Amino acid sequence: MKYSIFSLLRNAFSYHENWPAAWRSPDPRSAYDVVIVGGGGHGLATAYYLARNHRITNVAVLEKGWLGGGNTGRNTTIIRSNYLWDESAHLYEHALRLYEGLSRDLNYNIMLSQRGVLNLAHNLGDLRELSRRVNAIRLNGIDSEILNPAEIKAMVPILNTSPSSRYPVLGASLQRRGGTARHDAVAWGLARGADARGVDIIQNCEVTGIRHSGGAVEGVETTRGYIRTKKVGVVVAGHASVLAEMAGFRLPVESHPLQALVSEPIKPIHHCVVMSNAVHVYVSQSDKGELVIGAGIDAYHSYAQRGSLPVIEEQMGALIELFPIFSRLRMLRQWGGIVDVCPDASPIIGKTPVRNLYFNCGWGTGGFKATPGSGWVFAHTIAHDTPHPLNAAFTLERFTSGALIDEHGAAAVAH
Amino acid sequence: MNEQRFRLFAGGRIDRERAVRFDFDGERYTGFAGDTVASALLAHGVHLVGRSFKYHRPRGILSAGAEEPNALLQVGRGAYTLPNQRATQVELYAGLSATSQNRWPSLRFDAGAVSSLLSPLFPAGFYYKTFMWPPSFWLRHYEPLIRRAAGLGRSPTEPDPDRYEKMHVHCDVLVVGAGAAGLAAALSAGRTGARVMLADEQSEPGGWLLGSKTAIDDAPAVEWIASALEDLRSMPEVRVLPRTTVTGYYDHNYLVALERVGDHLPPGTGGARPRQRLWKIRARQVVLATGAHERPLVFRNNDRPGIMLAGAARQYVNRYAVRPGESAVVVTNNDSAYPAAIDLSDCGMQVHIVDVRSRPPEAMAAAARQRSIEIFAGHALVAAHGHARVREVTLASLDAARTGYTGTPRRLSCDLVAMSGGLNPAVHLFSQSRGRIVYSPERGCFVPGESVQAERSAGAANGTFPLAYCLSEGREAGKAAAAAAGFRKRGGLRSPKVEGEREQPAEAWWISPPSRAGAPLNKHFVDFQNDVSAADIALAAREGYRSVEHVKRYTTTGMGTDQGKTSNTNAIAIISQTLGVDPSQVGVTTFRPPYTPLTFGALAGRDIGELADPVRTTPMHDWHLAHGAAFEDVGQWKRPWYYPAAGESMQDAVDRECLAARNAIGILDATTLGKIDIQGADAAEFLDRIYTNGFRKLAPGRCRYGLMCGEDGMVFDDGVTARLADRHFLMSTTTGGAARVLAWLEEWSQTEWPELEVYFNSVTEQYAVASISGPFARALLEELATGIDLGPEALPFMSWGEGRVAGIPARIVRVSFTGESSFEINVPSDYGLYLWTTLMRAGARYGITPFGTEAMHVLRAEKGFIIAGQDTDGTVTPDDLGLGRMVSRHKDFIGKRSLARPDCRRADRKQLVGLLTEDPQTVLPEGAQIVDRVLPRPPMKMIGHVTSSYFSANLGRSIALALLRGGRERHGERVVLPLPKRRVAATVTAPVFYDEQGERLRA
Repeated sequence: MKYSIFSLLRNAFSYHENWPAAWRSPDPRSAYDVVIVGGGGHGLATAYYLARNHRITNVAVLEKGWLGGGNTGRNTTIIRSNYLWDESAHLYEHALRLYEGLSRDLNYNIMLSQRGVLNLAHNLGDLRELSRRVNAIRLNGIDSEILNPAEIKAMVPILNTSPSSRYPVLGASLQRRGGTARHDAVAWGLARGADARGVDIIQNCEVTGIRHSGGAVEGVETTRGYIRTKKVGVVVAGHASVLAEMAGFRLPVESHPLQALVSEPIKPIHHCVVMSNAVHVYVSQSDKGELVIGAGIDAYHSYAQRGSLPVIEEQMGALIELFPIFSRLRMLRQWGGIVDVCPDASPIIGKTPVRNLYFNCGWGTGGFKATPGSGWVFAHTIAHDTPHPLNAAFTLERFTSGALIDEHGAAAVAH
Repeated sequence: MNEQRFRLFAGGRIDRERAVRFDFDGERYTGFAGDTVASALLAHGVHLVGRSFKYHRPRGILSAGAEEPNALLQVGRGAYTLPNQRATQVELYAGLSATSQNRWPSLRFDAGAVSSLLSPLFPAGFYYKTFMWPPSFWLRHYEPLIRRAAGLGRSPTEPDPDRYEKMHVHCDVLVVGAGAAGLAAALSAGRTGARVMLADEQSEPGGWLLGSKTAIDDAPAVEWIASALEDLRSMPEVRVLPRTTVTGYYDHNYLVALERVGDHLPPGTGGARPRQRLWKIRARQVVLATGAHERPLVFRNNDRPGIMLAGAARQYVNRYAVRPGESAVVVTNNDSAYPAAIDLSDCGMQVHIVDVRSRPPEAMAAAARQRSIEIFAGHALVAAHGHARVREVTLASLDAARTGYTGTPRRLSCDLVAMSGGLNPAVHLFSQSRGRIVYSPERGCFVPGESVQAERSAGAANGTFPLAYCLSEGREAGKAAAAAAGFRKRGGLRSPKVEGEREQPAEAWWISPPSRAGAPLNKHFVDFQNDVSAADIALAAREGYRSVEHVKRYTTTGMGTDQGKTSNTNAIAIISQTLGVDPSQVGVTTFRPPYTPLTFGALAGRDIGELADPVRTTPMHDWHLAHGAAFEDVGQWKRPWYYPAAGESMQDAVDRECLAARNAIGILDATTLGKIDIQGADAAEFLDRIYTNGFRKLAPGRCRYGLMCGEDGMVFDDGVTARLADRHFLMSTTTGGAARVLAWLEEWSQTEWPELEVYFNSVTEQYAVASISGPFARALLEELATGIDLGPEALPFMSWGEGRVAGIPARIVRVSFTGESSFEINVPSDYGLYLWTTLMRAGARYGITPFGTEAMHVLRAEKGFIIAGQDTDGTVTPDDLGLGRMVSRHKDFIGKRSLARPDCRRADRKQLVGLLTEDPQTVLPEGAQIVDRVLPRPPMKMIGHVTSSYFSANLGRSIALALLRGGRERHGERVVLPLPKRRVAATVTAPVFYDEQGERLRA
């Protein structure tokens, strides 16, 4: 059933008792052309675009828990494409463009809210870096601009721009097309779209082994039986290294907890996304009224989807530095996800040492904003057994060739 | 004037001697000390206190505690205002001002309630199905509409005037909750001599006992509480913290509690005390005696004001001496509502009982009937009626299948419905500790399973509800916890005597069937705050959102400020009914910290404002201040950026400083550079592995510039290291990189090369450093130095010596970042200012000029010296910088293997070059990109960028450093840089603009 104001009206008369399921809950079949491991946003997007762009519909998405329950359901929902390097900028911009049409493409409102993303600069080094980034982003054809403190104040009046604060705000970059989207809706809309095109989404089905012989993949062992398949795409974020081990190789990936939290809902007072690296916190306000707040990863490695308190304490100190009026508000809920981080902070999307086994991982803290773009290029890679031009650089081999895409930046501070 | 018409004449834990005035929505009221805002409003007969989030339905007071979903108020004025405060927990103080939320223009007439009329259009998740056309409308029209409806209370708009503190504490046994079980646990643990902490959320310990008429040891329970507290206070190792909520249970028995030190006092009157204190507790053992929350029953219009939990009604009667109405219908599936009915009757209300069970508990029923309470057994509430207050209910006899009704429904008028759907143990902290909770079919609730951490649950938190068992279980838990922490005491505690309670089993009953088959359940509310009805939950399940997490996220049940304390179990039960599976198979959503919302300010503590991050200044800082320096933040340090003289622009000042350093003497405060003292038998070997170049053969007395790389072969810091003795080095790092470099050295030493004997110490703050540069620097120093030969033979470039300068013991290092003959004078910090002022005085005749970081940057750029982190960005190899000669071929070092990768050896890597603009007066902006071909509009292919760019007064023109693809092969080529409004052409050169042979710095 197509979703629209008319179908809502029609269903109102039958007390909404005739809405069909957004997706089926099929039992796994014994064989598929392609098996996608991981029913998060990226996995579902991969399945969706395999069906939509490549007409490959004999596909199963295997999810060990509930779909969208990993980092897709745990992030701070920020979307932006203001990346420094060409390769990243093009990939994230492709994702942002897809996001801009995704609600209508999926017939599912993902509530993309392009109210702008501000990245603050607090010292001369930050300003220099900001100017470099904005120049590069613009020359890549992506919207980006620099604001001075007065312009920042006009845009975010509640931000502390006092020159006497510990690390005063000296400037900011602004991507007006950046913003947020409703994270669950992205997963659900993609699931509904993939299901409608024939993809089997199988929840509560954990992959326990990857069978291959003669260097090529044959199938996957799961908690619901063995499934034969010609191709396997693995998109499991924090557990990528675990799946790689099953297939017999290692990934240059570290898994860390990344925490986020929300405040109690308050009447809207903060309309864009504000991010700061030097006073480390980022914050937006959801359409429900909650402030959604995040910062850096927990330093230690972990697969447990929870973090430690000191990280939150530092984050709150930073928040109140930037927004002194938020001090009396309260944290309603804190949680953690597990992010898989590559040494160069860029993802791995492509082929592996095992033939017909493909990995899409290493998104670190940047996964959500890439979701449709990631699925688009990964589907292409699986369908053609060769990367899409947009992910050609994001190979596993770059760690042996040295062609890294280092998005950390040295972030060092000058003499 | 409003009167407390519903205040009972006697009883309660309120202080009738202390009347407290407050206002709510502009009306003035009076309560008593000991009241909450909720109890004081109820004493005036005020039940309507808020509007729901989605449909703006009128809402009353549901509970008497932390689980409250409805009665959320904006409390306090101006900078002190607080949104979303639970009226059931806010203690009354004089002058308290509260307003209702989420309504306009007033609570009674709320325009937002129009959404209630349209509610058939707004089922769960409706927004995912619409607002998609036309595309441009979403951001401009639809979303603003949704955002206007968002949120409940309002954020303060001024900075927080209050202060927050943190406490760190260890204890042997932490008891959470001071109800019957918690007090018993604290008593038995305390008498072993263990360090016990007892934290309780409420203003007064006692928990549910405060709201009951139960007798312990033949006396009112409050007397037992008082004597228990007296015993605890006599134990020196026991600490009792009232108004303290344990909100988080983290790994390794680390718990966090929030003490509300001053929230019960009028704002701004707490004096020196903080508003709240965050306790960070490391407990050997934990006893969770967190009690239970009562479940609402789900029937049509079960959200009307005047409908509250039975246990809460009892609290209001017994603890607050408030009669919550005139006429009550008590509806239940278990025994606990009977004492509530009796208490309500005893305070003068007319009471009916509706028990869904066909056989009510005999003794209790008899006691009720004695008071002329009519009991409708085997009945359920079909619906409540009334708008701003319940005024009537419909009840009917349940059929045998219990999915419909038989006989004629009856109507009862009432102004209070007290409901009890059974108890949910407060398993939040247990679950946070990673313990798995399990569904108990016999008790119809989730209870703690096996412990994962050093913890045990006791009493109602453990699913043990009768008082006698709570007391004994608490006592045993306290004793066992103390024993596990190593504290034992022989001899048992006497068990207090409690009236026996034999309970009839509760019936697993969650939701009243609709009045006729097939009628919608869209007013059968499950989550009150977010207006989630049973129909919404069924809709979610029907649409495929079947995991409990999907239901939660799709319907928003349990996502309100109460995090589903009253709704989660009902929601799970309804999902299980809809899907036809057992509740245990539905599972639960994850309990996350905090148990109740935690103030941001308390989490930040004192680390805000001027204490946000320590400001580091050098011993010469006051001099810089007095001489008008402008400062730059570099890491935590304040460094002089430039010293403008009267009437000078920044460029004027920098030009003057640069000229002085090349033509007279420039003096720089170089104290902030990181200094790491490295000692040990293997110190040289260690440095050899850290730096790309060799240090083993460096002779004592000499210095060497070193580059360090990450494992990826990319430059990550640089600096000069001096060999002080055979086993003793002094490393210098960048100012901002000092801490990171020290951590890096420690990591490699501790985790990778523990066999090397080497030790590190940060000595950055131990030495003050003045660096003098320029043609007269040696002459000046010779005037002041004793015991050291400063001649170029005795103290050549890249060596150090010791002597005295102005009588102060000093280490003089011949390094240069300016390219001039330089002397870096290190003295103990305390002498820093004296050294500086002495140099300034003696240098006056040479024209000594202090210069800041900006001039330093210009001078070093003239020489092509890099700044790690400015001219590098983590993607630059030593060779890219033209420093390939510093990469040893004879030894291993961090990053060596990576540098052998093919990409690191490409000829067209980005390499450091100089840029000279065609117009010498044009200064390129740093961060400008170089493109291979300028096009009318982006995208354009970028081949490099400007890393450093200045106007050089010494050269009389602009200079820039850049990283450029294949740059070393491009010297002499012309490149173009498109800027937002213009383009600039420049010629590529070698990255050295001045004294290429380095004769000046060696002089």
